[in-house]
Amino acid sequence: MEALLARTVPVLTPQWTQVRSMATLKDIRVRLKSVTNIQKITKSMKMVSAAKYAKAERELRPARPFGSGAKAFFEKAELNQDKSQPNQLIIVLSSDRGLCGGIHSGLSRELRNLVNAKPAGTDTKFVVLGDKARGILQRTFKDKFLLSFNDYGRKPPTFADAALVANAVLDQDYKFDYASLYFNTFRSVVSYRVTEQPIFSRDQIAAAGKINLYDSIDEEVLRSFNEYALASLIYYGMKEGACSEQSSRMTAMEAASKNAGEMIGRLTLTFNRTRQAVITKELIEIISGAAAI
Amino acid sequence: MAGLMRSGMRVSALARQCSRILIPQQRGYADMAFTLASPTDVYYASANVKQVDVPSFSGSFGILPNHVPSLAVLKPGVVTVFEQDGSNKKFFVSSGSISINDDSSVQVLAEEAHPLDRLDAQAIREGVTKAQHDLSAASSDRAKAEAQIALECYEALQKAVEGH
Repeated sequence: MEALLARTVPVLTPQWTQVRSMATLKDIRVRLKSVTNIQKITKSMKMVSAAKYAKAERELRPARPFGSGAKAFFEKAELNQDKSQPNQLIIVLSSDRGLCGGIHSGLSRELRNLVNAKPAGTDTKFVVLGDKARGILQRTFKDKFLLSFNDYGRKPPTFADAALVANAVLDQDYKFDYASLYFNTFRSVVSYRVTEQPIFSRDQIAAAGKINLYDSIDEEVLRSFNEYALASLIYYGMKEGACSEQSSRMTAMEAASKNAGEMIGRLTLTFNRTRQAVITKELIEIISGAAAI
Repeated sequence: MAGLMRSGMRVSALARQCSRILIPQQRGYADMAFTLASPTDVYYASANVKQVDVPSFSGSFGILPNHVPSLAVLKPGVVTVFEQDGSNKKFFVSSGSISINDDSSVQVLAEEAHPLDRLDAQAIREGVTKAQHDLSAASSDRAKAEAQIALECYEALQKAVEGH
C-alpha cells in the first residue's frame, strides 16, 4: 500500500492542459499513446484527402468551362429573377462526410440567415444533397424539406448523379417563383465561398427579355434544353463543392495533426518531469531512511 | 477661326460615326466565341473558329459567326469544327445542347464528346449487334425505347467512324 501511494505524486500541470489534480505516470502514458494514435489517424486522413483533392481539382478544370457554357445562355438572354416573389426553391449541394472544417456548417449558416431574413408570407422549400447539410438544416426547417439525397460524397460526383437530381427536381410539382443552387465554390486550398447560382423554369425562359431574338424555338427544344442545362449546372456545382470539401478536409486534418503534435510535446514533457519527480522522491526516501538508522 | 473649328469638329464626328458603322462589321467577321465541352473534357473554351457543323434534332446545320441566336438539342453524330487556319476537327457527340447567343458566342455542351480517333470500330460493331438483339428481345415499351436509343447512337457512331 505504501509503495503504491508513493507512486502517486501530484503533478504541476501547465495551465494550458486540462485541469487534472493528480496524474500518475501510467495516466500520462495512456494519454500520450491515445494522442499519438489520433495524430496517426489525422495524418493519414490528410494524405488521403490530399490525393482526393488532387483528383477533384483535376476534374474541376474541365467542369468550369462546361459550367460557364451552361450559364452563358441564361446570362446572355437576360433572364432575371424576381426576388420579391414569395416562393423560392433552394437546392443545396453538400455531402455525407464531415471532418472538413466549416464547409457544411458555413453553407447551412448562410442559408439559415437567408431564410430567417425573409418576410412573413414567403415560402421556401429545400432540396438537399448530402447528410451533413440535411442534419443541420433539419433542426430549424424540418417542414420545408421537399427532397433530400444521401449516400453522396463518398465518390467524386458524376454527370449521372447530377442528371438524377435534376430529374427528381423537375418531377416535383412545387410551384416556385424563383430557384437557386447553393454550393461552395473552390477558390484556393485555404479559401472557398458560398455561391448562389440562379436556375430557371421553362416558363421563365419562355418569358425572358431577349428570347424573341432566338430562332427556331419550340416547346420540345425548350424543355430538353432546360433539363440539360439544369443537369449541367448541378454537375458544375457538385464539382466545385467536392473540390472545396477535399481541400478543406486536407487543411483541417493538417491543423489537427499539428495540434496533436503540440499536445504530444507537452505530454512528453509532463511525463518526463513526473518520472524525474518519482525517482527523486524515492531517492530521498531511501537516503533519509538510511540516515535514520 | 471659329468656322474652321466647327468644320473640324464635324469631320471628326463624321469619322467617329463611320467608325461606329465599321466596327461591328469587323467584329462580326472575326469573332466567334466557341465552346465545345463535355463534363470530363474541354476541347474549345471561347475559342475563335471559322465554322462549326452540328447535328441537331431539327437537322444538321452549320454555324458561322453572327449566326441568328438559337437553341437546339444535340443528336448523336459528328460535330465538325473548322479552325481559323483552315484545318478541321471532328468530334463525336452523344447528346446535349447547343446555344447560339446574340453576341456570337456558341456553346456546344455534350454529355459525351470524343475525337473520332478515340473510337474503336470493333467495339461499335459489337454494340450495334447487341443493340439490335436487345431491340428484338425487348418486351416492354420502356425497354424497347431504351434499345432504340442505343441502336440509334451506335448507328451514328458507326457512320461517324466509317465516314472518317
